[in-house]
Amino acid sequence: MSVDQATVRRIAHLARIKVSEHDVPHLQGELNAILAFVEELSGVDVEGVEPMTSVQPMPMKKREDIVTDGSIPDAIVANAPVSDDHFFVVPKVVE
Amino acid sequence: MSDLTALTLACARDGLRQKKFSAIELAHAHIHAIEKARALNAFIIETPEKALAMARQSEVRIARGEAGPLEGIPLGIKDLYCTEGVQTTAGSHILEGFVPAYESTVTANLWRDGALMLGKLNLDEFAMGSSNETSHFGPVISPWRRRGSNAAIVPGGSSGGSAAAVAARLCYGATASDTGGSIRQPAAFTGTTGIKPTYGRCSRWGMVAFASSLDQAGPIARSVRDAAILLRSMAGHDPKDTTSVDIPVPDFEAAVERGIKGLRIGIPKEYRRDGMAAEIENLWAQGIAWMKDAGATITEISLPHTRHALPAYYIVAPAEASSNLARYDGVRYGLRVPGKDIADMYEKTRAAGFGKEVRRRIMIGTYVLSAGYYDAYYVRAQKIRTLIKRDFETAFDSGIDAILTPATPSAAFGLGEKGSADPVEMYLNDIFTVTVNMAGLPGISVPAGVSADGLPLGLQVIGRAFDEETLFSVAHVIEQAAPRLAAPENWWA
Repeated sequence: MSVDQATVRRIAHLARIKVSEHDVPHLQGELNAILAFVEELSGVDVEGVEPMTSVQPMPMKKREDIVTDGSIPDAIVANAPVSDDHFFVVPKVVE
Repeated sequence: MSDLTALTLACARDGLRQKKFSAIELAHAHIHAIEKARALNAFIIETPEKALAMARQSEVRIARGEAGPLEGIPLGIKDLYCTEGVQTTAGSHILEGFVPAYESTVTANLWRDGALMLGKLNLDEFAMGSSNETSHFGPVISPWRRRGSNAAIVPGGSSGGSAAAVAARLCYGATASDTGGSIRQPAAFTGTTGIKPTYGRCSRWGMVAFASSLDQAGPIARSVRDAAILLRSMAGHDPKDTTSVDIPVPDFEAAVERGIKGLRIGIPKEYRRDGMAAEIENLWAQGIAWMKDAGATITEISLPHTRHALPAYYIVAPAEASSNLARYDGVRYGLRVPGKDIADMYEKTRAAGFGKEVRRRIMIGTYVLSAGYYDAYYVRAQKIRTLIKRDFETAFDSGIDAILTPATPSAAFGLGEKGSADPVEMYLNDIFTVTVNMAGLPGISVPAGVSADGLPLGLQVIGRAFDEETLFSVAHVIEQAAPRLAAPENWWA
């Protein structure tokens, strides 16, 4: 399988990475090189094989559903590019 | 005092206990060596004051007879581990200036045991790379050079800063991390020892995530014993990581000299590839001979799905990366580039913050997870992963104790030599290491010889899940049998 330029633009948008028109042909070539590299997998017989979902067979650990941390709003917003009164500030999202 | 940096970690530990020198002297010697070695670009930031403050605390504990297993030992920390109050970037512009309010579990374990931090080590951006050339903070230069040449050589990646710093005697050991070979390949390239333990052996909590089902912490050090000492401190169950396994951590150091008499070592025929470099083939044959000399039995084994591991990795790892790296949105931490609305802000921030290799992998990952392609790519790759794991299980069930392979398909290459035209050229570096991540098994890379032009070469030993002890025993046999590797000539100071 290979991707066309429209698909490159669509993937970039899904990934929320702005890509200039200038970069599209180059990216298309790179992505198609990787897709060509993984193409051989389509010939592997995987009939009846379960997908691997965990590396070590072990039951998912669960903990009690209780609060274990909190009351640290200063630490949480300390690295925010823009914050106000312990809120993260983003451009307006509701018209 | 500079000769203090030439000691192994084990010798430094023992010397401190015998009061031959102080933790402060060790810290000063390394701080001085690091200042002189900036040409290597191994550190993103140096933390000399922190190292000295921690050394003073070590002195107090030593005086009180409360010394920990790593008391007073100066280490470098890959800048993928969150360190409280110290910038953590993962080699990316998007995290530049990020100062964690918390400490990763692995580094907290090291400080608990008395180690001290010299600084944060350079790496490929988000650990995506095999040459340390994708870092936003510039490439790391290997302390090694080809015989008779001044050309810059890559240290490998992604833990290139860790490997270069350990090889150049800037620290006794370093934390590293391995998703497809990022500990073992740079260790092989720099004549150091690196172990990727079994998935679940070390907590991933507080490590910047790349591909969560593959990422695992481990050390790079200058001897097998040093790696064993470090891994014992780094490992252990952590309730904060659901994939960390709740089993006791053995005394790995005790396994180093256990010997391998009677062990069955598997040689996978699929790793013998067409066009394999003669010096790699010879190194492997030499390793097999050393195994026999030490009393092990050699058995050819088959791991039939080996050749599918790297392509399957380049579906699974980018898929998980695209999901993990969705968090870098310019809202909670790191870079923000303003936009006309929130989506525009995300897109501009991520375009400016991620380098080319990271962008490429996020896009591949987004594609293979997108509607209509998920089954054809991602689910199929996960099924192939099951087959790869099964290959190893079959070999171990037949009585094989460990598997011996080359660590890399070649010695280190020159800066800018690979991958500029075709990204896949760089990916092929991980051909021998990536199967181990796909199966979740432990693997160790240990120096075993040098290339025709004088660069280090490594062998890899792969073991059963949670049997790192056998890896240390086998690696130690190689270390003892291999010609002694002199330190790289100091051209940088």
